[in-house]
Amino acid sequence: MSDAVSELRDVEVTVNGTVRRERVEPRLTLADFLRHTLGLTGTHVGCEHGVCGCCTVRLDGAAVRSCILFAVQAHGRRIETVEGLADGESLHPLQEAFSDHGALQCGFCTPGFLMTAIEFLDRYPDPDEEAVRDALSGSLCRCTGYQSIVAAVLDAARRLRQGG
Amino acid sequence: MIGRSVRRLEDPRRLRGEGVYVDDVHLSGMLHATVVRSPHAHARLREIDAAAARAAPGVAAVFTAGDLMDALRPIPIRLVPDDRLLRYLQHPLAIDRVRYVGEPVALVVARSRAAAEDAAERVEVGFEPLPAATDAGSPPPAALFDYTPDNVASLIEEGFGDPDAAFARAHRIVRLTFRTGRHTAVPMETRGLVAAPDRGAAHGRGRLTIWGPTKVTHFNRGVLAAMLGWPEHRIRLVEPEVGGGFGARGEFYPEDFLVPCAALRLGRPVKWIEDRVEHLSAINHSREQCYELALALDPDGRFLGLRAEMTNDMGAYLRTHGTVVPGLSAGMLPGPYEMEAYRCRVRCVLTNKTPTGTYRAPGRFECNAARERLIDRAARVTGIDPVELRMRNLIRPERMPFARGTTILGEEVEYDSGDYPHALAEAASLSGFPSRVRGEAGDGEAPDGKAPDGKAPGGKEAGGRPAARYRSGWGLACFVEKTGTGPFEGARACLDRSGALVIATGAADLGQGLETCLAQIAGDALGVDHVGIIVRHGDTDLIPHGVGSFASRGTVMAGNAVHAAVSQLRTRLLERAAARLETEVSDLVIEADGVVRGAGGGSCTLADLAAEPGLETVHYFRCERMAYSHGVAVARVRVDTATGLVVPERIWLLYDVGRVVNPGLVAGQIEGGIAQGLGGALLEELRYDDAGQFLSGSFMDYLLPGTTDVPSIVHRDLGGSPSPRNPLGVKGAGEVGIAGIGGAIANAVADALGDAEGDSDRLPLTSERVWARARAMEAAGSPGSPRAPGAPAAGAGAAAPA
Repeated sequence: MSDAVSELRDVEVTVNGTVRRERVEPRLTLADFLRHTLGLTGTHVGCEHGVCGCCTVRLDGAAVRSCILFAVQAHGRRIETVEGLADGESLHPLQEAFSDHGALQCGFCTPGFLMTAIEFLDRYPDPDEEAVRDALSGSLCRCTGYQSIVAAVLDAARRLRQGG
Repeated sequence: MIGRSVRRLEDPRRLRGEGVYVDDVHLSGMLHATVVRSPHAHARLREIDAAAARAAPGVAAVFTAGDLMDALRPIPIRLVPDDRLLRYLQHPLAIDRVRYVGEPVALVVARSRAAAEDAAERVEVGFEPLPAATDAGSPPPAALFDYTPDNVASLIEEGFGDPDAAFARAHRIVRLTFRTGRHTAVPMETRGLVAAPDRGAAHGRGRLTIWGPTKVTHFNRGVLAAMLGWPEHRIRLVEPEVGGGFGARGEFYPEDFLVPCAALRLGRPVKWIEDRVEHLSAINHSREQCYELALALDPDGRFLGLRAEMTNDMGAYLRTHGTVVPGLSAGMLPGPYEMEAYRCRVRCVLTNKTPTGTYRAPGRFECNAARERLIDRAARVTGIDPVELRMRNLIRPERMPFARGTTILGEEVEYDSGDYPHALAEAASLSGFPSRVRGEAGDGEAPDGKAPDGKAPGGKEAGGRPAARYRSGWGLACFVEKTGTGPFEGARACLDRSGALVIATGAADLGQGLETCLAQIAGDALGVDHVGIIVRHGDTDLIPHGVGSFASRGTVMAGNAVHAAVSQLRTRLLERAAARLETEVSDLVIEADGVVRGAGGGSCTLADLAAEPGLETVHYFRCERMAYSHGVAVARVRVDTATGLVVPERIWLLYDVGRVVNPGLVAGQIEGGIAQGLGGALLEELRYDDAGQFLSGSFMDYLLPGTTDVPSIVHRDLGGSPSPRNPLGVKGAGEVGIAGIGGAIANAVADALGDAEGDSDRLPLTSERVWARARAMEAAGSPGSPRAPGAPAAGAGAAAPA
């Protein structure tokens, strides 16, 4: 087994617009690659079995769980993480709405919720509450009780429709 | 400043992914640890062969109990220590016996976490399995400790008045057996530690720094110092960003010794990050209690006496909370009601399951649910409307302060303020709670039109016959919450050279918004805007004494300490400004932007005043008496009798937490607490098989509520009763959301399905249990029969006194 894991593979990905090339173990998860190889620790790991949604990032635009993907599977693809959401000093309208509505407390699940919600809003810019709850049902938050998160996403949808 | 829902100061960094949680701490030369845990519930520990693991690629060391024998000390009780309990404490590694699945038996340290986990599989442990005790309520097949054959670690007795006399006079006695399942807090971030020794630290030179502790860092520093035989000043504990706590995270666990110990022995930084599977079997469990209750009522429905026999499953060892959780249940079971007599006896029973501790509203989530179910059953038996029955018995505001006659945490319970009947009246009115006088509502169904959102209360048919698949139910629960546990908390306030107000405290932030809350209080005391005030916390180097964040105490204890420290600083600062501007203190004002102006037109900035050293104050706020919040939870549920699914359609929560510093932060605590309460009431249960094998080791097995499990929540702050026990008049809010949810849901399901004894009298009300209850209801005949006028509910009635 130790021989197998030492066979390093080249991975080239575009993360938040920047091309990154690394040599990694085939068994390295995408979450650990982002966090520990690239130092993008905004992506959090809450369960390592694909249930809690904390590690959600976008892979070629789709919201995916980076804890159950290998880094090598992302080779040649485009990744967006929470670090890429804000525009310099300006928070993204979704981030602003989260703060306005009290949609985060400890902040551990927040990056996953943001990346899930932003993909959802890209596809459905004018959702109702039921659709938002459905879209976020794969992410767990232990602090907020979700009401504020749902309100924030609905508010963010309004802000984005009005041009941010 | 106080009373406004300002944006949180913590938000920008957390929204950008810039918060540094413990797994984001990376040090040069850092090694990674993993814990080898027992796969057996109960076994003798024979030899451990770690040779293959030590020879595995990248392994730095393997530590077994044999390797650390000279250093292993039991982990002490933090709250209410009791010498009689010392023999049930846990050591950081099992020595000659393992007593639960997940108990640490060795620590592997390697160059990467993957290498450590690979090597851990090569540690050969000789186990000789023993029978496992898994049910606290039945005679044990095995003793966990040879000197305690019945596994009863402790008995607790609590009460007041003369229950024999009260029950002898009873017009009716109503009984209930009620169980709460094993839950745990499940912060979204698992535990973790990074321990970094200075060079020479193992040889009495230099210090040891540990990132990852939280909640009670000063206490934990003392524990580690005592275990290592070090003076405290050589240890620094640093709280990083923390991904939730809820009572479980931050206590001193075996790993809190093992990881620093390994770092010292290896002379290198060591990181340990718990994975979710081990988290579920390693962190404190909570809640597993069984109540046998009897309530004596007079002909008018007034409570004469309450008797309780309770069993609390403590798990395999007593941890840092000792027997505090069952003690809290025994002390708070009478709740917000008048009664002449009360007696509660608790058996604290050891079992071969994960040890237990506190989880948000510890002991009260359970006892509130049991008591409120009992009262609903009494309403059914007496034919008195459940709201009216409670109204007749709630403590009236003119009785405040009210000596409860019980003791918790070594302190006599005395409710400080609150209008409990008003809260119930408002809750019934706001929710449109249906009246339920005997025979009026019938079959647990709300009269149509009562639901405030205009929806019909559920797909049921008039009179409940023939049986409708969907049945509606309403339930409520009244509760009192203890908050603001002492004995003290401290704050240091100073102006830095830029004129910024910097606060340091021993309280911790586990996500609740401590920095914002304390900045608002500090801004209020100084008279400046809270933005720009820096609040530092959780680092034992910041302030010599600290207690921490638990028991809804942060705002009460740290808040009042900050207010006093900053008020003193303001006095000093104004004296300095008066001298500088050659005017009187009474002529000065501090403006929100931090400019100090004199009546004569002169002004200076806080930075001007801070140019010379000395603007620094420290205040330790002491409070010997807790502040008591209160509230009412209401639930409307819809039960699918074909599948057993209970859908909470709406939750109302009316609460009074005294003076509110930030309504938005309180709303977050309320809504989050309600969601956790729904999890505990409907979904979450840590299950074991009869052999003590742990069955809930993943999020596929331990179900947390998600966005579609938590309904629309309506909550309202009733205000009205600031605490007379602290200058700010604040009470804690952190546990108010969850405290009544179990009772409200249990009552709503019983309302929907009929109040008969059985599985509806336990939490969580999983689909499996509710489905079985619905089948039993069908088998018993008419679904309405348990509610039929004149027919006493099973298990209740004018029985002989207990």
